[in-house]
Amino acid sequence: MEKMDKPLTKNIRPDRAFATLADYESTGGYQGLRKAVTELQPKEVQQCVKDAGLRGRGGAGFNTGLKWSLVPSDDLSQTRYLIANADEMEPGTFKDRMLLEQDPHQLIEGMIIAAYAIQANVAYIFLRGEYHLAASRLKNALKEAQSKGYLGEHVLDSSFNLEIHLHTSAGRYICGEETALINALEGKRANPRTKPPFAVVSGLWGKPTVVNNVETLCNIPHILQYGVEWYQGLGRGVDKGTKLFGASGRVKHPGLWELPMGTPIREIIEEHAGGMQDGFELRGFLPGGASTDFLLPEHLDVVMDYEAVAKAGSRMGTGAIIVLDDLTCPVQMVLNLEQFFAQESCGWCTPCREGLPWTVTLLQDIIGGHGRIEDLDTLAGLTRMLGPGNTFCALAPGAMEPLQSALKYFREDFERYIVGNNAIMETV
Amino acid sequence: MKEQTGHPCFEGLNLVEIQQINAALSHYEDKTAVSIEALKIIQKHRRWVSDPCLVAVAELLDMSPAQLEGVATFYNLIYRQPVGKTVIHYCNSVSCWMLGGDQVRERLCQHLNVEVGEMTADGEYTILPIVCLGACDHAPVVMVGTELKLDITVNAVNEILGR
Repeated sequence: MEKMDKPLTKNIRPDRAFATLADYESTGGYQGLRKAVTELQPKEVQQCVKDAGLRGRGGAGFNTGLKWSLVPSDDLSQTRYLIANADEMEPGTFKDRMLLEQDPHQLIEGMIIAAYAIQANVAYIFLRGEYHLAASRLKNALKEAQSKGYLGEHVLDSSFNLEIHLHTSAGRYICGEETALINALEGKRANPRTKPPFAVVSGLWGKPTVVNNVETLCNIPHILQYGVEWYQGLGRGVDKGTKLFGASGRVKHPGLWELPMGTPIREIIEEHAGGMQDGFELRGFLPGGASTDFLLPEHLDVVMDYEAVAKAGSRMGTGAIIVLDDLTCPVQMVLNLEQFFAQESCGWCTPCREGLPWTVTLLQDIIGGHGRIEDLDTLAGLTRMLGPGNTFCALAPGAMEPLQSALKYFREDFERYIVGNNAIMETV
Repeated sequence: MKEQTGHPCFEGLNLVEIQQINAALSHYEDKTAVSIEALKIIQKHRRWVSDPCLVAVAELLDMSPAQLEGVATFYNLIYRQPVGKTVIHYCNSVSCWMLGGDQVRERLCQHLNVEVGEMTADGEYTILPIVCLGACDHAPVVMVGTELKLDITVNAVNEILGR
């Protein structure tokens, strides 16, 4: 029953070929959908996913079934929408690409079940424009699903109808933010919206809209097919199910692995990624993508659960570990991250639009040998001014996470530039 | 829509482009939602979006040119300047940066004799930066046209360009 331990990747093959509809069906594909639409009421599907304890895999970690239950159900004639957030662009993160390219039907089945649960008749896949291979495979898979009666009018001969459209975006990190994504889908600049109202109440074209991450949706078919108890049994810690964890940087075997929630970070870096490349030591790591706080080797025994990583001072985020080695300068790494965030800021609110380029300028000055020791206080001030509660959305607070933790853990690296003993470490 | 094709503003677009844009309308609630798809359709035919094309698309979608320009300039993959037949996007995000992305960029520019953002003299290539391409386990990576090239070494730059 080895495959049952890895529901998300059971169809993933090492040669990067993709699972056809026949492949997908042969391992139990579309059985979860069959069960949902023929045996369960939409509310029962919501309850099942809520009970399973599935939390959003895009980074925020909100209970998925709970999110669905927030869609107003008093007026069933009202249009509602489901959107799969396939705008993967968090630096260091490469999990959704694999799911989209190599097992497109898993996402489609998850979407059909989710749409049934919230009674949406139209759904969109909001796909990052750069994912060309995923786009062609999804297009093909949508056609296959339609021709087999999983999608379209009368899904599996039930009274439920669903159309799914593939929307390919044109590249902007902020589109991953739920309300910015909705603006982008409406053909506007992807500025985030004021919350409340939340998208579940007023989203796409003002209608109740659920936005779920690709990996989140890929969990749904299995929860329906194998049940809540099985799903809960997959986790090793507090959180339930499995998750795709990745590691990149100077590890021996960078990659992606489906592992139980609650897997210790040490296991991911040392066993799955094979430890550090010869000649390099582990200096620290971002546990869940670019917008998470650095952790240190002393945190290796922290387990990948939402609360456990938070307790250590960071976030599990997307579960994509970016490894910092001892020959890479953490200040330069932070500069690279902040340049990304400054570029990708939508410019809507002042702290983010002005504060991020200021951060970049200060870091460039420091690295260029023109920094002053007071600049470190200014940077620390920026981490507060651009922090939670002071900006319109989570982009800038996310950008401040690696900076604030770098100032805490790698302060001597910043100071070394300033006191003139510059750049003892050249980036390799 | 067909009778509108004689409108002076549509002179910039050809019939196929207009048909493809109109076909996309059925996927959305209103015309504005098609704006990004429409700009991408224009680029498929012409590589980039010129001023007359922008005005024509805006007219077709009942948007003001200024509104559509706001959209066009927001997204990284919409080009408001001419680009080469093949756009080379090199990833400049953190994992690629750590594993030699800067050197790959330098070699690309050197090899094609252009700066980032420029088009080669023969109109074949334009080099642009791109944020994380989601293949960090194979860093550094480059996207040549629509094709992702993994595990790029400085010496392999010639190969990925096929010349």
